[in-house]
Amino acid sequence: MTPFRYDRAGDVAEAVRMGNAPGAAYLGGGTNLVDLLRETVARPERLVDVSALSGAISETDDGGLLIGAGVRNTALAAHPVVRERYPVLARAILAGASAQIRNMATVGGNLMQRTRCTYFYDTDGSRCNKREPGSGCDARGGFTRIHAVLGASEACVATHPSDMCVALAALDAVVHVERQGATRTVAFGDFHRLPGERPDLDTVLEPGELITAVELPALSVAARSTYRKVRDRASYAFALISVAAALEMEGEQVADIRVAFGGVAHKPWRATQVEGALRGAALTDEAIGAAAALEFADAQLLRDNAFKPALATRTLIAVLNALKTGETA
Amino acid sequence: MSIVDDAKQVAQGLMMGAMQKLVPLAPDSWIPGGKPDPLIARKHGLIGTPVSRLDGALKVTGAAAFAAEYRFEHMTYAALVYATIARGRVAAIDSAAAEAAPGVVLVMTHLNAPRMKNMPVFGSSPNAVGPHNLPVLQDDRIHWNGQPVACVLAETQEQADHAASLLNVSYDAEPSTTTVAGAVANGTEQAMFFGQPLRNDVGDAEALLAKAPVKVDQTYRTPRHNHNPIEPHAATIAWVDGGLVIHDASQMVSQQAESIGAVFGLAADKVRLTSPYVGGGFGSKGLWDHQVIGAAAAKLAGRPVRITLSREGVYRTVGGRTLTEQRVAIGAQADGTFDAIVHTGMSVMTPHNNMPEPFILGTRCTYAARSFALKVEVARMNMLANTFMRAPGEAVGTFALEVAVDELAVELGIDPVELRLLNEPEKDPLSGVPFSSRHIVTAWRQGAERFGWAGRDPRAGVRREGEWLIGTGCATGTYPYYRMPGAEARITLTRDGDAVRAQVDVAAAEMGMGTSTTTAIVAAERLGLPIEQVEVGYGDSAIPGAIMAGGSQQTAAIGAAVIGAHNALVADLLKLAGNDSPLAGLSADEVGSIDGGLASRTDPSRRESYASILSRAQRGAVSVTKAGSMPLELMHWSMHSHSAIFCEVRVNAVTGELRVSRLLGSFDCGRILNPRTAASQFRGGMIMGLGMALMEETQFDERNGRIMNPSLAEYHLPVHMDVPEIDVLWTDIPDPHTPMGAHGIGEIGITGVAAAVANAVWHATGKRVRELPITLDKLL
Repeated sequence: MTPFRYDRAGDVAEAVRMGNAPGAAYLGGGTNLVDLLRETVARPERLVDVSALSGAISETDDGGLLIGAGVRNTALAAHPVVRERYPVLARAILAGASAQIRNMATVGGNLMQRTRCTYFYDTDGSRCNKREPGSGCDARGGFTRIHAVLGASEACVATHPSDMCVALAALDAVVHVERQGATRTVAFGDFHRLPGERPDLDTVLEPGELITAVELPALSVAARSTYRKVRDRASYAFALISVAAALEMEGEQVADIRVAFGGVAHKPWRATQVEGALRGAALTDEAIGAAAALEFADAQLLRDNAFKPALATRTLIAVLNALKTGETA
Repeated sequence: MSIVDDAKQVAQGLMMGAMQKLVPLAPDSWIPGGKPDPLIARKHGLIGTPVSRLDGALKVTGAAAFAAEYRFEHMTYAALVYATIARGRVAAIDSAAAEAAPGVVLVMTHLNAPRMKNMPVFGSSPNAVGPHNLPVLQDDRIHWNGQPVACVLAETQEQADHAASLLNVSYDAEPSTTTVAGAVANGTEQAMFFGQPLRNDVGDAEALLAKAPVKVDQTYRTPRHNHNPIEPHAATIAWVDGGLVIHDASQMVSQQAESIGAVFGLAADKVRLTSPYVGGGFGSKGLWDHQVIGAAAAKLAGRPVRITLSREGVYRTVGGRTLTEQRVAIGAQADGTFDAIVHTGMSVMTPHNNMPEPFILGTRCTYAARSFALKVEVARMNMLANTFMRAPGEAVGTFALEVAVDELAVELGIDPVELRLLNEPEKDPLSGVPFSSRHIVTAWRQGAERFGWAGRDPRAGVRREGEWLIGTGCATGTYPYYRMPGAEARITLTRDGDAVRAQVDVAAAEMGMGTSTTTAIVAAERLGLPIEQVEVGYGDSAIPGAIMAGGSQQTAAIGAAVIGAHNALVADLLKLAGNDSPLAGLSADEVGSIDGGLASRTDPSRRESYASILSRAQRGAVSVTKAGSMPLELMHWSMHSHSAIFCEVRVNAVTGELRVSRLLGSFDCGRILNPRTAASQFRGGMIMGLGMALMEETQFDERNGRIMNPSLAEYHLPVHMDVPEIDVLWTDIPDPHTPMGAHGIGEIGITGVAAAVANAVWHATGKRVRELPITLDKLL
């Protein structure tokens, strides 16, 4: 770990003032950043602790939910409105990490999680464009079981590890951001980036910008929603594939649908092609399979992850059928 | 065990199991016609009664001090820097920034490290336990990706870690072999284990296989595995009066002290190594580079050192289990009897160690067959020296053999339990010597009944609940009984008025499995004292003798040494008792310990208490030290533990996810000394077997020989949700040819489990997986 200065911000204004300094980083629950500090992947000069800020969940005037960035994962998953109106979000959170980690982890920090690519973590022995832009990517040609099949670039094949963010991507969430003298909102689908030439940039946040809240719109389709995660052990592993989905049927036809995949890309992958193909269609296994085939038509498979499109498709079929019949345990 | 082919090693190997069966000359209680340990006949004592770990309270309250919790005055903290190439030289080391960093005491590299000898490699002498024979920080050569190239000492661990991250080391890489294909292309050689070739030929197995009416012939693969004891390796080290004091985490205390002494040219009495508590070992808690580097740095800095490996450090410098590729072919008659068993294949090791994975060991003793062809070949590549990992050989060998047997059962249309019983050998299938105690048939019958095996539908892929396909499978496991020479016990009886206490000292290691508790149980029973009056000393190189917690042999080794010391104690006490004692005239053979004293075996009324004997002799204490007898029993009998493993799995038809929903182990391991700790050890081994079946795999990047998942986040072990309630039962039939009638139980638990899971997966899905781990992509 590289020595740093530590400050605890009393309010958002103080936080963004402190965070405006060069080399500053915001600290939430620390469940990922502290690991990155220990591994010297992250070497900030100054940590601004914002974990005590913005810990409230409130209903908005238009029937949505405003979730403070400092809300702990556990609290969000247990919130009655989340459980009732956005069950996909509660289930996604509970599918991740462990109870102890969820007790610490914050909503804002969850959005800022970095990839679990082992070459990214290997500061001494491996090249990584995300860690050191321009150095090269040793993941290509290496162990790529957890790596991307969609939207990757020559420079980077990493995936985003969050479960919660896959649900937020499906729910049309909006991220509230603040910096010194300015606030703005970012649609969730625009918040995380594809790697392109700059895999070192995970998100569109500018230096010094602080996430203050995540807003969920009122979304009737979300009442019937769920999250399914497929991984290499029963708990405490990152997703090989995950599916966040919401479904509203009108008779035998799909009235409204939201689908996002985790474990397939550098960002939570909103499956717009699946949604487009299925909206208004009859929900058959064949239709779902065809829709997924559209989504994965451009998949770029690596040495160890060729099973992902098929696994994602099969999981999607099972999830949508379960939502249709109301059998999401 | 890493070994070198020299004469000493052959001699040692003879004593350690892979030996010829000789007719002995020396009289011994373990030879044919010898008397079984009298403790076997004692049915109502402490042995067999569940006893909680005597150190349990210390551990759960945090009062037990582990290696990294000792403290010396003016202690410094160490951090290591590891090489990033597989082979070559250190070109340059820029240490200016590290040396200038806050709190730094020393940056040690090959340029300034004290001159030291290489570690004495395993097998080169009876107590040599070095993992490799390479120089440690003595030159610029790199032999594996991860080799320590520098050590930083600082006032705090954080300062040391930070300074280590500032060191800039550059390398000149040289051609290396980091692919299995490349290693094989360089040539394979006959693998040797304890000086003996891993090769057996009985009859013409290939010819009989070719002619057999029913056969299977398949290739099975197992990956590298890393050691992950909950306590990462650590040592707290000081030089005191020209000698070394090391608080270490060790499963081979005396051997480790002697071996590190050899590195620094120290006499045995100048190294004091203690290791009272160890947070798991499984074969890994021995001598590695970090203790040598820590001691060297302490010498150079003139200050004590605590060196604690990070989890990554364990992966970079502590070897694990190497990979295997095994062919198993079995030819059978239509009635199911085996004509031929062929078990051959290869594993990899390094140019600087000699530890092939001996995967044919279990096949040597498991089934009768008309012919055998068993052979392990080995190729060498540039990597960290691999080592023992729980049941080396049997853990992965039983996977291949027992899946093949299941495949054959399907071909034959015979129930897999019955096929195994059909080929039960009457004597050792290779050597023809008798078994000392083999009740595997009982274990199979009892296990099958408890599991509810009867009536199992043999068809694959026909049971389904919702998305889940359900199947059951079984496999046999095996692990040899060993007893290594070198164990000694010191028994000291002390009297305080009428009260007597016994101190029993053995140079044994306690890795958490309950050895100190079991030793107290056995010693109390043998001495005829309540367990509260017995204190066990262990984990200290100052105690005479050398005992290794390895090969599942420690309990037998301790047991034999305590028998020897107890016999000597009885003789001494009879002398002290003299002619005024009711025992007068009796010889040591005619006397036993009971109820706090000695008594005639034939006339219990002739007795005298320890306190009375010592009091009349005006003695406050009596102390004896004695070695255990030579392990001659190994020469007369084929000695093994056995298990029958049953499991039920559920495979998700959508995602391929695999869950083990039931797991049962039925064991035949001689007499069980402490059912509480034994059950725990069986379960622990079986959980490790689940890890092997489902998820464990070291990601060794063949491009540069670097391990890419050196953390518990990415190297998957079973979590609680992966582990069902595990049922264990045992025959509890004493082996008349071992101390206490017991067999070791440390390693048997892992054997057979992976095969049982793979066989159940076939039953659930119809898919035969021959490559571990069984990940979901193999089941889609």
